[in-house]
This record gives sequence, structure tokens and C-alpha cells, in this order.
Amino acid sequence: MPQWVDACATDDVEPEDVIRFDHGGQTYAVYRSPDDYWFCTDGLCSHEQVHLADGLVMGDVIECPKHNGRFDYRTGAPKRAPVCVALRTYPARAEAGRVLVELP
Amino acid sequence: MGKRDYNLLGEDARRAVESGLAAAAWYHTEVPRKVMKDLMQRSDQPAIRDTILLYGGMIVFAALGIALWPHVWSAPFWLAYGVLYGSASDSRWHECGHGTAFRTGWMNDVVYQIASFMIMRNAATWRWSHARHHTNTYIVGRDPEIAIMRPPAFLKLIGSFIGIPEVLQFVPRMIYNAVIGVHPEEKTFVPESEWPKVVRVARVHLAIHAATVALAVWMQSILPLMVIGLPRMYGAWHHVMTGLLQHGGLADNVVDHRLNSRTVMMNPVSRFIYWNMNYHVEHHMFPMVPYHALPRLHEAIRHDLPAPNRSIAAAFREMWPALRRQLASEDYVLHRELPPTARPYRLDFHTAALGTAAA
Ligand code: FES
Repeated sequence: MPQWVDACATDDVEPEDVIRFDHGGQTYAVYRSPDDYWFCTDGLCSHEQVHLADGLVMGDVIECPKHNGRFDYRTGAPKRAPVCVALRTYPARAEAGRVLVELP
Repeated sequence: MGKRDYNLLGEDARRAVESGLAAAAWYHTEVPRKVMKDLMQRSDQPAIRDTILLYGGMIVFAALGIALWPHVWSAPFWLAYGVLYGSASDSRWHECGHGTAFRTGWMNDVVYQIASFMIMRNAATWRWSHARHHTNTYIVGRDPEIAIMRPPAFLKLIGSFIGIPEVLQFVPRMIYNAVIGVHPEEKTFVPESEWPKVVRVARVHLAIHAATVALAVWMQSILPLMVIGLPRMYGAWHHVMTGLLQHGGLADNVVDHRLNSRTVMMNPVSRFIYWNMNYHVEHHMFPMVPYHALPRLHEAIRHDLPAPNRSIAAAFREMWPALRRQLASEDYVLHRELPPTARPYRLDFHTAALGTAAA
């Protein structure tokens, strides 16, 4: 049963940045877009299991810190080699200064 | 450790996977997120400036070389053109392959394709081999880009200064890729979805080189080859000189780039040709940081790194005797002191890989 989980405070993440969030033995990446929308994907790159939260957010894209593979964090779609496999995405929203993500 | 097996399908490759070394987490110096975010920022401006300088310089030097051909006075212009073609292309291939040189994606891709052609690497294959080099830097049997294997093959290394082994390897592989397809060894690191690209790139390279040779035969002159192809050989020396310093004489089978990579302070001309890859420990630790920000990254983390070599000559003075010692003892490596401010080396994984201790 999916449930909304408190991931972090909105102030914890600057616009156009990302933060790591661990929950239930899984790791996630929570993004704040330049226009202040919130998104959430799997936390590990689908190429070699590196934490995406150490990477760089550029517009709608997260670049992985290991081999510079890129994903569109809104859809999880791979955008640049060496990543080929999409990330799973999860609904996210801000509410009263907190960021909530809906996890399975 | 004894005899090393560098084959990507060999015994050491299997052992690296089994021991967990191939998938181990690497050491990173702590850098505050805010600082790192700033260092990672992309910009088109420095790379556009450098690319205009590079291609502009190549056009001027080649034009003067052609105008003065075959007079001996054309030689200096060919030498300059050759270094830009056969050495600067290596660093452009590298930075644009990472996608960090320009902010704009297509600019990275265009310069990457041109540089791959000039340095004679299949643009599709080498993107993947370099990813593996970053995952498994100098892990024997896993890293396809180990420049100095042990024991060092000095004749081959010296031949590399004029590109002989690389060209001898490239030409048959280009023909193989163009005619037969992807080589079994390449299949270990290039995903299947990319195989058609490998073949396509090889065919384009083959067509251009074949046309150049045909023109040379028709003109009864090597002049076309002085412009396309041969500069990969007569201009290779600079990228080999700097490239050997990246990891030469240092440890293999470790997961701390401070142990297997070398930062060398260099003159501005070499840094332009090499696009700041002299900050090699920094680049490996944080491949997201573009070349133009590496001097700033160096300042931010130098307290945690061994002191850089002060010049190319000083680095060779350190590396060359170590390579000679590796002729007699393959396990010999340079072990450089860390400053008192640094966190200690992660030697435990290295020891485990040698099979002399539990992981
Ligand atoms: S681990 Fe993310 S691109 Fe390789």
C-alpha cells in the first residue's frame, strides 16, 4: 500500500539541487527543480549503483557523479550514456515546509 | 601478487569480481555540498575559447605547413600542428567524453567525435572503456586503459611516443569493426544496444582514412597524410608524456585514487594541450568537475592529497626509476607520503586483492 512519507524540510534543498533520502532499507533522491517543483527517483544510478544525490542537477536533468550519465528526474528516463535503464520515479510534494514522497 | 593478467576475460578479472574489488566503494575527500556544487557548474565559455584557439591554431599551422611544403621550413609548423592533432585531441576526447567540457550537450558531442577521429579511437567503444577506467581505475583485468602494464614494456612505451603500437592496434580493429563487427573483448564493456554505433563509427573513420590514402596515391605525395592520419604519430609525444604520468609507477588494485593517480604541476602550454588533466587525482575523485574548475578543486582538497610533483621533469624523475624497478619486481610501487592533515590511505582493499589478508 503506497504511503506518503516525510523526506526532508523544504529548506534542506536549494532550488536546482538534490538530496539523499533513505527509507525502509531503500535509498531515494529528492529533487527541487529550478521552478520549485519537487520530484523523487530511485537514489542509485541504474548504471553502477552510485548515489545520485552526489551528482549535479541542471534544469530537468540529474548528472551522475561517477560517469556523467544523465537522467530526466521528472520521468526517470535515461538521457546520456552510459546510463541506458530508466530510474523509477515517485510522486513528491511540499506541504507546510516539509517534502513528502509517496513510496510503495 | 606475482604475474598480472591484464586480459579483460582473464584470471585477474575474475578474481577482482570475486573479491569484491571490482564493485568496491572508492575513497573520496570530504567536500561540503555547497562547494562541490559550485565546482561542478558547467559553462560553455572556457571551452568555446579553447576550441577556437585549438582549431584556429590547427588551420594556421597546417596552412603554413602546406604552403612551405616540402621545404625544411615547413617542419616547425607540422610539429605544432601535429601536437594539436595528435595530443590535444586526446584531452578533448577525454573531457568531451565525460560531457563536462561544455555546458551545451551538442558541443561536447561534436568535439568528441572530431577528437576521437584524430586520436584514432572508436568514438562509441571508447566511451565505454573510459567508463570502466573510472569504475575500476588500475584494477588488473578490469581496467581496459592501463597504459603501463607490469612488468613495463619499455620498447612499447617508447614506441607510443610516435603512436606506433596504438596505430598498429587501431587500424586492424577499425577494419574488423567496419567489416565484421564488435570484437569479443569489446563486448565485455560495450552494451549490446551500442554495437551498431561501434560499426557505424568504424565505417566513417575507415572511409576518411581510405580517401586520404587514395588522394596521396593520386597526388604521388604524402602531403594529404601529413594533414590527416600521420599527425596522430608525429604529434603523439605530448599526450604520451603527460598520459604516462597519470598512473605510472603507482599502485594497482587499490580503491583510493591518491594511491594510483598522480597530480603534476605543469606549464601553461602543456596545460592547454592537456586541458588541466595534470590534476589527475582530483579528476578521478570527482569526474563531475569540469577541466576549467580543476585548479580550484585542487586548492579545495590538497590538504588530503600527497604533494603534487612540481613539474613534468620532476614527475618523470620520480616515475622512471620506479618503472625500472618494476622490471625486476612487479609488485614494487611508489608510496607517497600524505600530509598530516590528510585522512589515511585505504590500504585494506589492496592487501585483500593481493590475497595476503582477509578483506
Ligand atoms: S554509475 Fe551513474 S553513470 Fe555510471
